[in-house]
Amino acid sequence: MAEVKHLIEVRGLKKTYQSGYIRVEAVRNMDFFIDDAEFVTLMGRSGSGKSTLLSILGALNHPTGGKVMVDSLDIYALTSEQRADFRSEYIGFIFQSFQLIPYLTVLENVKLPMAVTGRKKKIQDRMAEEVIERVGLTAKSLRLPDQLSGGEQERVAIARAIVNKPPLILADEPTGNLDSKTAGDIMGLLKSLNSDGHTVIVVTHNPDMESYAGRTIRVRDGECFV
Amino acid sequence: MKLHNISFSNIRRRKGRMIFLVLGLVIGISTVVTLLSVTDSMTRDIEEKLNQFGANIVMVPKTENLALNYGGIDVGGVNYSVPELDEARLAEIRAIRNSKNISIVAPKILGPVTINEKRVLMMGVWFEEEIALKTWWHKSEWVFPQKENEVMLGAEVAARLGVKAGESLVVSGTPFQVAAVLSPTGASEDSAVIAELGAVQRVLGKEGKISMVEISAFCQGCPISELTLQIAEKFPEAKVTAMKQAVLSKMQSIEMFQSFSFGVSVIVILIGSLLVFVTMMGSVNERTREIGIFRAIGFRQSHVMQIILLEALLLGIIGGILGFAAGNLTAWGLVPMIIKDGTFAGVDLRLGVVSILMAVALSLLASLYPAFKAGNMDPSEALRAL
Repeated sequence: MAEVKHLIEVRGLKKTYQSGYIRVEAVRNMDFFIDDAEFVTLMGRSGSGKSTLLSILGALNHPTGGKVMVDSLDIYALTSEQRADFRSEYIGFIFQSFQLIPYLTVLENVKLPMAVTGRKKKIQDRMAEEVIERVGLTAKSLRLPDQLSGGEQERVAIARAIVNKPPLILADEPTGNLDSKTAGDIMGLLKSLNSDGHTVIVVTHNPDMESYAGRTIRVRDGECFV
Repeated sequence: MKLHNISFSNIRRRKGRMIFLVLGLVIGISTVVTLLSVTDSMTRDIEEKLNQFGANIVMVPKTENLALNYGGIDVGGVNYSVPELDEARLAEIRAIRNSKNISIVAPKILGPVTINEKRVLMMGVWFEEEIALKTWWHKSEWVFPQKENEVMLGAEVAARLGVKAGESLVVSGTPFQVAAVLSPTGASEDSAVIAELGAVQRVLGKEGKISMVEISAFCQGCPISELTLQIAEKFPEAKVTAMKQAVLSKMQSIEMFQSFSFGVSVIVILIGSLLVFVTMMGSVNERTREIGIFRAIGFRQSHVMQIILLEALLLGIIGGILGFAAGNLTAWGLVPMIIKDGTFAGVDLRLGVVSILMAVALSLLASLYPAFKAGNMDPSEALRAL
């Protein structure tokens, strides 16, 4: 029987924060894997370590110990600039509170990840317009973020995350600031992206979101329960 | 979407902060431009005034004898035979390499004559050149000699001979009309009878000869020693001397203004740099969240630095252009107030190019550390601000 190759493999992962005499173990000896095209929720209470885990999976936060392999690549063995290229190519981030650039229009915000890819303007425009249409904001593509509702801003954040067609989408509390109906729409959108082949990992503390995921990894006091 | 689009959009969005930064550059650059332009205008003014002061090169025939007088007191008591220069060769002075710097060539013939049984000095000149050279000659209440048989008397000689303007006198058998009496000048012409060069040459029996030439060289930066050498090469039989005192005082004045301008410019540039640095640091701190997003979506450290430095470059160009314009405008307004009868030296486009380059360099240098700090911001730390 052939060995199963996982998209993400986490082995003996640790992350400790030290502030003066205070030492906090945010992640303690985690081991798990996530397969290609899975929809996984990281569920846990506030302060459980799930956001730290997400930032480590996103090649943003150097762990204190252990390894994170993405597509067989030890991402923390890379240099800082190589990790930036990895993020550009492999990962689409959806942040808490949308985190759009306020002085850029919807179209410009969506095109932002392509500023470092060297793609030509025409191709950038076509790719951005495609994803804006997919999230249903074509009519508002020239508006600034503060001219949009919370749900619309979340859609822009999703469009920005998928514009480079990354295999992995990481979302940190994407529905935290939305009403239940809009939250359902957003999770539906993420589900459809997962159906298209994107691996989706969503951090949430809302048990209602579990129903969209194929699998849930529970995080408690820096430990995970798969 | 390119990196420069982000820089342009940020400048458009943060107008207040960017105007403040450009203002810092404009104040710095305009102060430097104003000081340099005012100094330039002052230098020109000083040069013009010094040129009006009289001759700065004197050419006399070479002689083996040393002068035996000091301050107008002659202690020699011996008459040497005085050699002379050839009038026909005067045109060669204006044929030297730096001839464009030659402003006035004023030849003179000198010799003793007898008037009313008194021996006096007679001097032949080209009145037009001489008047241009001796701007301190008093011009009121009399006219310069217009004809060859007219003379002008120095104040002292007029008093000694008891002759007034309008009267006649006979010089070595030749009758002359006194056209004017010069007001006292305190110089040699007080004791001279002055007439047209040709007429005096005939009286003295020295047709075509001259005793000395006074030359006024109009020059910026004054290559006076070079001019002296060039004239001396043409006239090996003559001794050509630069009046160093006038040149040195001119140079000292210019150097003093230049040192002052340089000192003030350095201080203003330092203050301007500090202003740009503080504003850029503030901008970077304010944009921590933004930088975190850039890094999270795949921007390299160098990309973030490029965004900051592109902004600095653009603002440097704007600050340089506006600073140059403001500096010239201020100098144009200030020069007439600082220099009596002074005029603005004009817009120097080379200074314009230097100003823009200086503003860009200043802006980039002052933004280098903030850009480095932004580029090196730990993405996870930056994202904690989210």
